[in-house]
Amino acid sequence: MNQFITFVRKEFAHVIRDRKTLLVLFGMPVAQILIFGFALSGEIKDSKIIVVDNARDPVSRKLVAKVAASRYFRIKKGVNRAGEIEAAFKRGDARIALVIPDRFGHDLHHQHEAEIQLLTDASDPNYATLLVNYASAIIRDYSAGINGTSGTPYTIVPEIRMLYNPQLKKEPNLVPGVIALILMLVCVMMTSVSIVREKETGTMEVLLVSPFRPALVILAKTVPYLILSLINIASILLLSVYALQLPVNGSLLLLFGESTLFIITCLALGILISVRVESQQVALLISLIGMLLPTILFSGFLFPIANMPRILQLVSNLIPSKWYYIIVKTIMVKGLGFQAVWKETLILTGMTLFFLVISLKNFKIRLA
Amino acid sequence: MNIPAIRAEKLTKRFGDFTATDAITFEVARGEIFGFLGANGAGKTTAMRMLSGLSRPTSGSAAVAGYDIYKQTDLIKKNIGYMSQKFSLYEDLTVRENIRFFGGIYGLAHDRLRDKTAELLSRLALGGEADRLVGSLPLGWKQKLAFSVAVIHEPAIVFLDEPTGGVDPLTRRQFWSLIYEAADRGITVFVTTHYMDEAEYCHRVSIMVDGKIVALDTPYQLKQQFHAASMEEVFYRLARGAKRGD
Repeated sequence: MNQFITFVRKEFAHVIRDRKTLLVLFGMPVAQILIFGFALSGEIKDSKIIVVDNARDPVSRKLVAKVAASRYFRIKKGVNRAGEIEAAFKRGDARIALVIPDRFGHDLHHQHEAEIQLLTDASDPNYATLLVNYASAIIRDYSAGINGTSGTPYTIVPEIRMLYNPQLKKEPNLVPGVIALILMLVCVMMTSVSIVREKETGTMEVLLVSPFRPALVILAKTVPYLILSLINIASILLLSVYALQLPVNGSLLLLFGESTLFIITCLALGILISVRVESQQVALLISLIGMLLPTILFSGFLFPIANMPRILQLVSNLIPSKWYYIIVKTIMVKGLGFQAVWKETLILTGMTLFFLVISLKNFKIRLA
Repeated sequence: MNIPAIRAEKLTKRFGDFTATDAITFEVARGEIFGFLGANGAGKTTAMRMLSGLSRPTSGSAAVAGYDIYKQTDLIKKNIGYMSQKFSLYEDLTVRENIRFFGGIYGLAHDRLRDKTAELLSRLALGGEADRLVGSLPLGWKQKLAFSVAVIHEPAIVFLDEPTGGVDPLTRRQFWSLIYEAADRGITVFVTTHYMDEAEYCHRVSIMVDGKIVALDTPYQLKQQFHAASMEEVFYRLARGAKRGD
């Protein structure tokens, strides 16, 4: 045990001494979360909105006033007909338009329900979603306000049209994807490179000649990366909750547990690479092309798996990150418990065991 | 005790149809400095790896420090030190950290490790450099440090695989004085080299050609036997017929 601690301490010294890598390891998750996060869910103020009020009755004027008063929007003047909206979008004058039909006030009073149209330039889907969400909130708020004055509820149904990109192919939450990416990088790449480095420098031989158990050599080398990754996950979660205001709807404990499982999966992968490979460059290449790229492509966090050809959908099942991504999304976004993710958990556990067994089989206790 | 430090009998290692080490038989006495010579590719490193438990022999038998190399590798590991051909310390750790680490994985207790560290630093005159990164030391110092670390647990035998590659004759001589000190303390030294001046320093020398041991005696006897003025000449005469090499 003392020997093991000696070993782990030495591994930490390696990690800490390499300042540049350390900076990258801790800086990257923060940078990625902030970049991905704010590109996605940062608050947007004073967006120009085109308002085409065909009704011009007291009710519609009140709604327009409410939109104008909001801090999210400023009304773009000079566009007064629905036919001019698209041209305005193309010029870049505005990205959202509110069209109030001419029978708005009449319908609302007589049928207690009126329709309203929201058009957006969805060429930037994230931006468009945000604007629609803001506008819908204002409209909801408005209808709730007028409901208060009379007994019968009024409903305003916003009809939303996303121009240019009607399906809005973008996940609402990149945080799970970023976590998967970071763990792939830290655990798989760093672990495999650090083990292979010892093979290259010849210190591995010295370690294998020593009475220290070879399996413990590998185990000790993974400890710093395990801890590093736990810190990274914690900081990513803190950032997403406090800086991005993305709530963790499910159990934080479960999220951490599942993340630890995925860290172990990644470490197992890193070990697997390192036992098969003899040089740091090859280890790096395999980690990047063989692990990181599939994670980006097939985990579903940038490109929806449902839109892929059948064969690639099948391939995506082999990527551990895909399952982790599903788990984190289910816990963080949907707020569900372990019952909802036990299948994915089982798959990840199976993969981890598989990687470990293969690495053990390949690990040459006696070199060659 | 009359058990030899190393006893190898018809020790053979084959990789496919290539016989790296071909039925070598020899004994090394306790406290002896045994030179293991041969051209590149002659099979020296393979033989050494089998003896140190890194590689499993194809056939033959051997005992290191009295322990069988097939069945008692764990015991062998506790009783040997090893310094590889590639310089084998951590360059990104300090001198002191390297000593601590290697002492630590050989299970040296805290107090003993502290004493050993101090002793080693003063013997190598590295006291002032204890907290310097090993990577910033000159090669000769690194090698002396690597040797001292390899014997930090006072093993019965230390295996040195071309320990002095790439340093000047003066540094090599200093390195050899460390080897003599270790041998005086009773540590058996098994060393491979292709520097013939170093061969002269050994008590006994074996010369391998194409996987076989073709000569084994004291440097003096070998020179007599081959009517040669130096070990260099002995080596040339024997190695000339070699088919392998790079």
